[in-house]
Amino acid sequence: MAREITVTVNGTPHTLEVENRLLLVHLIREKINLTGTHIGCDTSNCGACTILLNGKSVKSCTILAVQANGKEIQTVEGLAAPGEMHPLQEGFKENHGLHCGFCTPGMLMRSVELLEDNPNPTEEEIRWGISGNLCRCTGYNNIVKAIQWASAKMRGEETPSTEPEFVS
Amino acid sequence: MIKCKTSKAISGMGHSMKRKEDARFLQGKGNYVDDIKLPGMLHMDIVRSPYAYAKIKSIDTSAALAIPGVIAVVTGKDLEQYNLHWMPTLMSDTQMVLPTDTVMYQAQEVAAVIATDRYTARDGKEAVVVEYEPMKPLMNAKKALDADAPVLRTDKEGKTDNHIWHWEAGDKEATEKVFNEAEVVVSQDMYIPRIHVVSIETCGCVADYSKVNNHLTMYMTTQAPHAIRTVIALVAGHVGLTEEKIRVISPDIGGGFGGKVPVYPGYVIAIAVSFLTGAPIKWIEDRTENLQADSFARDYHINVEMAGTKEGKILATRFKVLADHGYTDASANPSKFPTGLFSIGTGSYNYNTAYMEADAVYTNKPPGGVAYRCSFRVTEAVHAIERITDRFAFEVGIDPADLRMQNFIKKEDFPWKSPTGWEYDSGDYHAGLKLAMKTVDYWKLREEQKEKKAQGKLMGIGISTFTEIVGAGPSKDFDILGIKMFDSAEIRVHPTGKAIARFGTKSQGQGHETTYAQIIAEELGIPAENIQIEEGDTDTAPYGLGTYASRSTPTAGAAAAMAARKLRAKAKKIAAYLLEVSEDDLEWEPGKFFVKGAPEKVKTIQEIVFASYTNHPQGMEAGFEATHYYDPPNLTFPSGAYICVVDIDPETIEIKVRRFVAIDDCGNIINPMIVQGQVHGGLTQGIAPAMYEELIYDDAGNILNGTLMDYLVPTAIESPSWETGHTVTPSPHHPIGAKGVGESPTVGAPPAIANAIVDALSHLGVRHLDIPITPYKVWKVLQELKG
Repeated sequence: MAREITVTVNGTPHTLEVENRLLLVHLIREKINLTGTHIGCDTSNCGACTILLNGKSVKSCTILAVQANGKEIQTVEGLAAPGEMHPLQEGFKENHGLHCGFCTPGMLMRSVELLEDNPNPTEEEIRWGISGNLCRCTGYNNIVKAIQWASAKMRGEETPSTEPEFVS
Repeated sequence: MIKCKTSKAISGMGHSMKRKEDARFLQGKGNYVDDIKLPGMLHMDIVRSPYAYAKIKSIDTSAALAIPGVIAVVTGKDLEQYNLHWMPTLMSDTQMVLPTDTVMYQAQEVAAVIATDRYTARDGKEAVVVEYEPMKPLMNAKKALDADAPVLRTDKEGKTDNHIWHWEAGDKEATEKVFNEAEVVVSQDMYIPRIHVVSIETCGCVADYSKVNNHLTMYMTTQAPHAIRTVIALVAGHVGLTEEKIRVISPDIGGGFGGKVPVYPGYVIAIAVSFLTGAPIKWIEDRTENLQADSFARDYHINVEMAGTKEGKILATRFKVLADHGYTDASANPSKFPTGLFSIGTGSYNYNTAYMEADAVYTNKPPGGVAYRCSFRVTEAVHAIERITDRFAFEVGIDPADLRMQNFIKKEDFPWKSPTGWEYDSGDYHAGLKLAMKTVDYWKLREEQKEKKAQGKLMGIGISTFTEIVGAGPSKDFDILGIKMFDSAEIRVHPTGKAIARFGTKSQGQGHETTYAQIIAEELGIPAENIQIEEGDTDTAPYGLGTYASRSTPTAGAAAAMAARKLRAKAKKIAAYLLEVSEDDLEWEPGKFFVKGAPEKVKTIQEIVFASYTNHPQGMEAGFEATHYYDPPNLTFPSGAYICVVDIDPETIEIKVRRFVAIDDCGNIINPMIVQGQVHGGLTQGIAPAMYEELIYDDAGNILNGTLMDYLVPTAIESPSWETGHTVTPSPHHPIGAKGVGESPTVGAPPAIANAIVDALSHLGVRHLDIPITPYKVWKVLQELKG
């Protein structure tokens, strides 16, 4: 069973015929060839596939492509023009908020909505806000720092130091 | 706190340079295995056994083959025709690629379905009908050697039991003597459970065999591409796939932690099918397959004992291990070390007598014994020594911090010969613990604990002061399948003074593209920004044994420095020629040679390199390239002092880590930001097995938590805000004084957490709790103690 759908991905409309059972994450990765969105589990626990669907962060492994018909999708590739960086991308780089990079696109897309809902979150709010996204490398300290840094930048405030802090 | 010899523009060692690899990861342009798409590529899915131990009566593939788009179904019988149904493990044991008659664990590969896309492959997998005759599995390692236990490896001629190997270290008789005469002896049984690395990217490959060229390109999630190429050649050489016809490419890797060292059956089946069909075959396992079938870590049953005096002097330790390896020994230890480097377990303390023994057995669990951010069993050893040290301190009534201070090997006693034969290179254990204690205000916490206890509140403080052992390893002792565990670097500097360097290791998030560039920048003065690093392609990189067990900096990092030093020696000759002076008249500062006493007579490294292509001295080889294969003279011995403070709710038994301070000593630091990142991540993979993670099986061999729904990987909520710091004791034998850091925090954190929780409950009679220490486990023990 297949049907035709139209989705707008990072501003570009795509009309394609898809199987009813096709997952949105496979539509994005394999039909539209945007491989920045990753797959890390099969139970909706890891969040590596997080994208924005009509501006809301969702796990694209848990949604059928046909459910996205007529909707706006934003992926990590649409966060900034190639070679440029969204404040969150910059925040992750400046604060070493990524190691292997596999969870990073999902973490970024989740954080976009987090900061839209709450432009100045506390550490606690950030930790709860990203608790649907697993990172196995960073231990989360620097992801929290990265999001705080981006939040300051997006509010037009002075960004905190990005030097690592050590006890001495 | 770290003095840098180079300017920020050069960014040699000690600079917190931002990572060069980040741009592509942040903009969705990483290139992981599942991102690779080749023309004509087919997809593979794997049928897996629902039983832990069963005879295969029949496999009916007709319904699967009737599905449009299903190209083939491969079984063990098919592979048997090419003698590819078994393969060697890295420990010289054997493992089935696909079974011909018996399955040995739940989720074992039984057949492979090849189809035009991944959905159809999954349809085909569901349509394969396998008839099994289930048998009663052996799930309890402690019963594996019983007379009535089924002998699992009947494929091995003459095998009459489930014993794999026996291993010993230290002096048995001397240890017995000390224990017999000691004033105080403490003993503890403990189980270090089966856990799984859960790198967020699972394993997978694209096998691309060209019938025209008789050449295989294997894109795969591997931490050790060169070793894998050699293994493929050993397994498939007899069908014509010799080593020069194999190119292994390890693209971006989404986390490894040791789980991407082994050769899994899926890789071999994909190669075999590509070889037979000539089509590229993609195999990407899903998370549940990854969690249920890929290499586990730990599964060690340990008895540990400590003997000492009433005054708290440690005199001897004794360890007895039962290792559960599942149905085959598929760990990835150096050949001579079946227990890995477990013999580091005598710890950071000054005593001369120890004895250790271990026996490994087969069970009906998945194979492995590989890694969880610590490849060589150091975590198990450190957990045992740090737990028993706390038990000993409690027994003699001395504060665990004081007891450790009293027993530490002193800074001036290095190099120090351990009772199991290691030569610890350097350390300053007193300084580390002192800094950790100062940071948490240790004695004030002890006061607070007294007050809390009086109010019926539960609070604990746990210490772990561990010695690590990494950087495997010196060729006289260390090899995998006979290949010595050196590693390599090759540096090519282009005429305009920019460079590319290639390595035998493979980053999976450690930041090699940045740190290796910084090492070369330190040695040559070429800005790290201008040094491109490449790894993971066996056609271009020099041979090396890969990245695991915190070996990259100790081996390939050293190779980078040594290769760069060869180039600096050449640069000096060219500078002398250009400046028309003797080499002895030249002085080096990062990035240039100048004439002593005449700093205006100077040649920059860029000018020198340019001359090596345009105006090199006659008789000298042109160009500016060097390669080095580094064979370390010794291992390196990082150390750490960790303190954990926990609060336990007496009603709900919720365990909260209030503070966790980690002071690491990894020798000289290449990039403080990256080292700190490694420590944060390692600590989180320390709290995970200490409080949350364990793969649980029932007696019938079913895995009870084989998905991420119920195998609890810590989120940002479970992870505390880590506090980290350093003492710096350079390794005296390493070219840049570095020691390695990746696995230290995973090794050091669990006993600090366990010790803290036991400390909070010790006045209620609790002496030990096996990890993971869950609220339920604590509640149960407290109920039992209440009677």
